[in-house]
Amino acid sequence: MSAGEPALGRPMVLAEGVRKSFGRVEVLRGIDMQVMPREVVVIIGPSGSGKSTFLRCINHLEKINAGRLWVDGELVGYRQRGGKLHELKENEVARKRSEIGMVFQSFNLFPHMTAIENVMVGPVQVKGESKAEARGRAQGLLDRVGLGDRGDAHPAQLSGGQQQRVAIARALAMQPKLMLFDEPTSALDPELVGEVLDAMRGLAAEGMTMIVVTHEIGFAREVGDALVFMDGGVIVEAGNPREIIANPQHERTKQFLSKVL
Amino acid sequence: MLYLLVALIHGLATNPNFQWGLIGHNLFDGFVLKGAVRTLMLTFLSMLVGVALGTILAIMRMSPVPIVSGAAWVYIWFFRGTPVYVQLLFWGSIAALTGQHVAVQIPLTGIVLFHTSPTQLVPLLLAAVLGLGLNEGAYMAEIVRAGILSVGEGQVEAASSLGMRRLQTLRLIVLPQAMRVIIPPTGNETIGMLKTTSLVSAALAYDELLQSVTLVYQVTYQIIPWLLIASIWYLVMTSVLTLGQFYLERHFARGATRSLPPTPLQRLRALFVRNLTMFHARQATESPTRTRREWP
Repeated sequence: MSAGEPALGRPMVLAEGVRKSFGRVEVLRGIDMQVMPREVVVIIGPSGSGKSTFLRCINHLEKINAGRLWVDGELVGYRQRGGKLHELKENEVARKRSEIGMVFQSFNLFPHMTAIENVMVGPVQVKGESKAEARGRAQGLLDRVGLGDRGDAHPAQLSGGQQQRVAIARALAMQPKLMLFDEPTSALDPELVGEVLDAMRGLAAEGMTMIVVTHEIGFAREVGDALVFMDGGVIVEAGNPREIIANPQHERTKQFLSKVL
Repeated sequence: MLYLLVALIHGLATNPNFQWGLIGHNLFDGFVLKGAVRTLMLTFLSMLVGVALGTILAIMRMSPVPIVSGAAWVYIWFFRGTPVYVQLLFWGSIAALTGQHVAVQIPLTGIVLFHTSPTQLVPLLLAAVLGLGLNEGAYMAEIVRAGILSVGEGQVEAASSLGMRRLQTLRLIVLPQAMRVIIPPTGNETIGMLKTTSLVSAALAYDELLQSVTLVYQVTYQIIPWLLIASIWYLVMTSVLTLGQFYLERHFARGATRSLPPTPLQRLRALFVRNLTMFHARQATESPTRTRREWP
């Protein structure tokens, strides 16, 4: 099965009772979630609610302490053999990560490379694509996020919004079957938020499976197939974005929405 | 003060003990130059060993495997904890110990793989490079480690999320960015190394720059002028290295800063231009008192 064409009917992401602690602080206290292929799930919640941590568990940047987490039918970071879990080797973890794109709040572009080199480095080094082929596709991706003419610029010469769009192109270059967005617009000037959201909107329209941690309620309402409200390491409320935003059921959700809307 | 300074310079210039004529006459003498070249070669080779070893040790020290990081820790502990002079003497005596006939042969067959004539196994140059390089590796390891630590965690996470493995991430993402932090102290170490090579003259009697002039003044007793000759060459070589470091830093500053720092030539030119414009500006403005802007 090729990446980007998952079997319909099987969830792209499935979480059952996922728990995660940092030292004595339990950040995730039993998360259950299901994300179907081509769905856009938006996670909102106050800072410290565990939403970013959960996102990072999905591509094994954080190891979970309990529960089960599957991506496209395979356990994340482990292999089950005879009822026992075996941790995957570095190579296998890396290969699985390469199938999941991630966009960070602080962009994390590689500052010593130009924009187009940032987009090329994954396909060339991880997938072994030829430089010519990778450059051609990278140019196409930069065109798509509206930065076709800035390929030779270093990240320091780009605005925050432009950097984040390059970061989206860099993640897409690996042809992922799932995209994770960790507060992609939180570090941006208000003026620049729109251009990044536009790029994400385009991606959703093309059928990319996306999990987006954000404070952009408008984006959740307009693009999201599901909205998840997290607080204190648990999911408080989940469902249709328009219904939850218009008519939240839980007191905590009401409080939070009244502050961000 | 000025008088004292002038007197001092006058005294230095006219003191017959310094024998400036002799210095000028012998500064470019053949074996002085040869000694200087050997000093440079020793510096270059030892730093090569030191940087390569230091990089490997730094990566080992940051390994998640305890045995690997432990081994690097012990190495750094040992070589940083003993004087480099002692290490040089140690390598020198190994060179002397193996100054006997050594042969390696395959057991039971009598076939000799190779054999050496006396003092060939660890020649003086190799002993010097080993002594200086292995010691330098311990210091370079800490410098490289500091460089690696200076690169933000987000960079490693971004590389991981693309599917890069640990060593790939180090080579492609972390080390190129760490260079900005690694180069200035490495330039420092290189200049330090250039001078530390003079220990080799005493420990191993390898005729680098200092040993070359020592051999002369031991015969002629013109100690001060010959030491001054060596000092002049050490100064010349460190100056060249300093300049080299500047351009190397400039090269690796790309991407980290929006504009590169000016070269010494550019800076000199800018100094003249700025002084000129400041001169003109001073003439144009009168007393600069601040007044609030009036809004209609």
